Amino acid sequence: MVLEDFYYTKEHEWVQVDGETGTIGITDHAQKQLGDIVFVEVPEVDTELEKGDEAASIESVKAVADVFSPVSGTVTAVNEALEDEPEMVNKEAQGAGWLFRLRLSNKSELNDLMNAAAYAKYLEEEEG
Amino acid sequence: MSRFFPLSDNDRREMLRKIGADKIESLFSSIPESGQFKGTLNIPSYSEQELLDLFRNLADSNTPTQSFAGAGVYAHYIPASVDSLASREEFLTAYTPYQPEISQGTLQAIFEYQTCMCALTGMEVSNASMYDGATAFAEAILMAKRVGKKKNTVLISDAIHPHYRKVAQSYLENLGIRIKAIPTLNHKVDIETLSAELENEDVFAVAVGYPNFFGIVEPLDEIALTVREKAPKALLVSVTTEPLAFGMLTPPGEFGVDIACGEAQSFGNYPGFGGPLLGFLTTRQKLVRNMPGRVVGQTTDVDGKIGYVLTLSAREQHIRREKATSNICSNQGWCMLRAVIYLALLGKAGLRELAELNHRRAETAKKAISRSTHFEVVPGMSFNEFVVRSDTDLEDFVEHSVVNGMFPGVRLSKFGLAPDEMLITVTEMNTVEDIHRLVELMEAVK
Amino acid sequence: MKTLRGKEKTIFQMGGEGKRGMDLPKPEGLAPIAISGPCMRSTTPDLPDLSEIEVVRHFTRLSKLNYGVDDGFYPLGSCTMKHNPKINELIASLDGFKWSHPMLPYGMVQGTLKAMKMLEDALNEITGMDGCSLQPAAGAHGELTGVMMIRACLEKRGNPRQFILIPDSAHGTNPASSAFSGYEVKEVASDETGCVDLAKLEEVLDENVAGMMLTNPNTLGIFEKNIQKIADMLHEKGALLYMDGANMNAMMGKARPGELGVDVMHLNLHKTFSTPHGGGGPGAGPVCFLKHMAPFQPAPVVDGEGGYHKLDWNRPDSIGKVHGFYGNFLVALKALAYILSLGGKGLEQSTEDAVLAANYIRASLKDNFHVPFDIPTLHEVVFNDKKQAEFGISTLDIAKRLIDYGIHPPTIYFPLIVHGALMVEPTESESKEEMDYFIEIMKKVAKEASISPELLHDAPHDTPVRRLDETKAARNLVLRYGGGDE
Repeated sequence: MVLEDFYYTKEHEWVQVDGETGTIGITDHAQKQLGDIVFVEVPEVDTELEKGDEAASIESVKAVADVFSPVSGTVTAVNEALEDEPEMVNKEAQGAGWLFRLRLSNKSELNDLMNAAAYAKYLEEEEG
Repeated sequence: MSRFFPLSDNDRREMLRKIGADKIESLFSSIPESGQFKGTLNIPSYSEQELLDLFRNLADSNTPTQSFAGAGVYAHYIPASVDSLASREEFLTAYTPYQPEISQGTLQAIFEYQTCMCALTGMEVSNASMYDGATAFAEAILMAKRVGKKKNTVLISDAIHPHYRKVAQSYLENLGIRIKAIPTLNHKVDIETLSAELENEDVFAVAVGYPNFFGIVEPLDEIALTVREKAPKALLVSVTTEPLAFGMLTPPGEFGVDIACGEAQSFGNYPGFGGPLLGFLTTRQKLVRNMPGRVVGQTTDVDGKIGYVLTLSAREQHIRREKATSNICSNQGWCMLRAVIYLALLGKAGLRELAELNHRRAETAKKAISRSTHFEVVPGMSFNEFVVRSDTDLEDFVEHSVVNGMFPGVRLSKFGLAPDEMLITVTEMNTVEDIHRLVELMEAVK
Repeated sequence: MKTLRGKEKTIFQMGGEGKRGMDLPKPEGLAPIAISGPCMRSTTPDLPDLSEIEVVRHFTRLSKLNYGVDDGFYPLGSCTMKHNPKINELIASLDGFKWSHPMLPYGMVQGTLKAMKMLEDALNEITGMDGCSLQPAAGAHGELTGVMMIRACLEKRGNPRQFILIPDSAHGTNPASSAFSGYEVKEVASDETGCVDLAKLEEVLDENVAGMMLTNPNTLGIFEKNIQKIADMLHEKGALLYMDGANMNAMMGKARPGELGVDVMHLNLHKTFSTPHGGGGPGAGPVCFLKHMAPFQPAPVVDGEGGYHKLDWNRPDSIGKVHGFYGNFLVALKALAYILSLGGKGLEQSTEDAVLAANYIRASLKDNFHVPFDIPTLHEVVFNDKKQAEFGISTLDIAKRLIDYGIHPPTIYFPLIVHGALMVEPTESESKEEMDYFIEIMKKVAKEASISPELLHDAPHDTPVRRLDETKAARNLVLRYGGGDE
């Protein structure tokens, strides 16, 4: 499942942009790789993130994955529901399982990311 | 041939035939010629009877003695049930519980140990134990560093066991973590200096002994208050070498300590020349994912039956490799088992009574010593060990006492500290008569 | 494997107020309590209250939910579950040893110090090394100590450098130990023979590399045939070679790391030298090293000059202390007892029998289970689930089914470079009858996989608990009795 309107990274994060705000999460492909997710650690609001900074971590029974911020910006909101329901990332990785929101500081960084078609192709290559 | 080998020569021949090898040497052909060891290892062999004689002789060449030694390792009475139960092969000869269906004995014992340690320390979670108090202390600071993220300074009280501080230094210095020592005042944390050092925004943790190395019960309430006021984000770490004290002392958890760690050898484990020991590490629920070491959790099986598993293992080295919370891949399973059996035997009432017995015997010794001519007791509220100061040569005194069958205490100069001071530990193993003998030896000093 | 009841309540659900399992001397003629103020405990810690017999029964029942080496075949690859001789336990419980206190004057602990020296000398003989420190408390602790020594050695030469190289087949503790010594890790790929790929090594090896951690024989049970060449390549660049000696039981009397170019290594006394695993410890992980590394070993050092043993604390270049005292002495005693029971020839025989046993199992099962690296191995053999996968059967299913037949499963899903690995290490302690039973059962399980896979999916059937919900355990953390929503 690769959704349109999202930007993607090779590390399987996504950004959805609404004006100056970007919502960030991990892709459906990534949650499948991780398996049953048991804990999500999100950044604190107001944290300033550079592109590529370690921003969150996702723990499943078998692995811990670090989530790197795909773009730079200041954290404006985090998905607090994940504290009690980390499995939301398994259920809806690219919806209710979002991780955090940023006020984007450099929108041109989006140009370095993949669109849906490119990401779908990337997945094919990675699996092939 | 050795009694340990169940293969007969006939078995060996048959097995080689199945493999299709002509001789045993051909199984080692992957070792390059130039790397092969051609000789025979120069180590003698002994029959079981001769072996026991050899080791009995070695054990007998240690001098038995009445002793007031402590300083991190304590001689307590160990009920026969502890030895008997812990020597059950199902516990002793099992591996780390990787297959939970056939390891429920070990797993449940760990769960019960974790519960006991939480009860004693007043903390919310405990790991399954670590190598010893010193490494548990070093790991506690590394844990606090993970929580403190970019902050890089830890304040460590000089009244913490010197060996613990040395081990922490070995662990921390390669990682570039800055250690700032907090000096002592009257053998306690100098709170004024502590307070001043807390102005530094780089501090991620403060570590103090409770009771400290000198046996003194630090005013943890005051220390906690100072830390909370000056550096609310810094973690407070307490270190305890004699957790029997928790039978009488307010547990660190009640003072808001974030990590309570230390040595639990006192619970059912022999001094054993300082190893194996039993490191404990307890913390708050909200910090559990930064906690190093193994931990056991309760769950259910496919039939809904309660059972126990190793959990939170995704943080560990076999999965996270270089990003793991620790490189440790075991706990101190058998020592921990001895501790939980011991605590189960002791129970609520026993814990309190044993703690009071230790404390009151130590107080009896303090009183008696304070009346002696050449020794004075360093003032301070203590549990079962305390420092004495003397105007006599302590090296001579110890030597003279040893000749008379008594080890009177650990000279602090052994740790590079004051040459005129000695740490005396009194447990239930030291009777009132022993205490009187100790004082007699002190009075015999010229 | 079954107790009469098959399950046991926790100690906190038993007993009752007023009961006790331990009595104490009466506190007669003693000074009063002198603790007061906020530090005087006002709450009672919630320990259980049980009589002695209740405690005895509880832990006896718990023990029956366990499976130990004394119960039967325990082919956990890489863990070396060999026989734990009973005499070792007796020796470690002699009063003179178990009550010896680490702060006593050296004159009072001569037997203890001499035993430590004897073990150091024996381990040096076995490894061909010059020096040994017994301070590390476990294998991973030995790794950490060894890498710290590498750092101290290079620092002394002027630059601690930045990277440690680790083959992709290594134990997870290797990268973690390197990171905890302040190094970054670079992985080196294995070639098609399961050994370090020399060309790949050449690519990453430069003046920033402090050293390499090499497990030998590696986790596939394969002897690193180029170890001498690897040592030369490293030394040429001023880097050092660390050997993870967890598998030393495969080469005793056959090859000595000190003669292969290894600078520093650790041993696992609880693997190669028969000390019991105790359900997860205590182990012991001594480090052995060449003379040039000796100044950097942990302090203090046992010194037996002139027959009088003492501890030398004056070690200016030492990495410092890594343990509160001097390591796991009582464990060291058990290892020494094992070594002296066998002697040099016996140790070599133990290696020969262990290697023979692994190759026998391999030869007997290679038609039933896929062997991913079909080259000669020493003390262990790695199979995987490739042949069973077509029936929807995984390594986990095979492992769990073995439990139904009273066999402890092999190590599973390790090493990571083998998909679905089943790693079998029989050790020298198994009789041919025991191995033949294992072989027969493995064949039977392979057959079951094809005709009645549900038998494997649902296994184990007959254990005190069946497959446990690990996701639930990690999501709803219940880490102590009464802590969490039970």
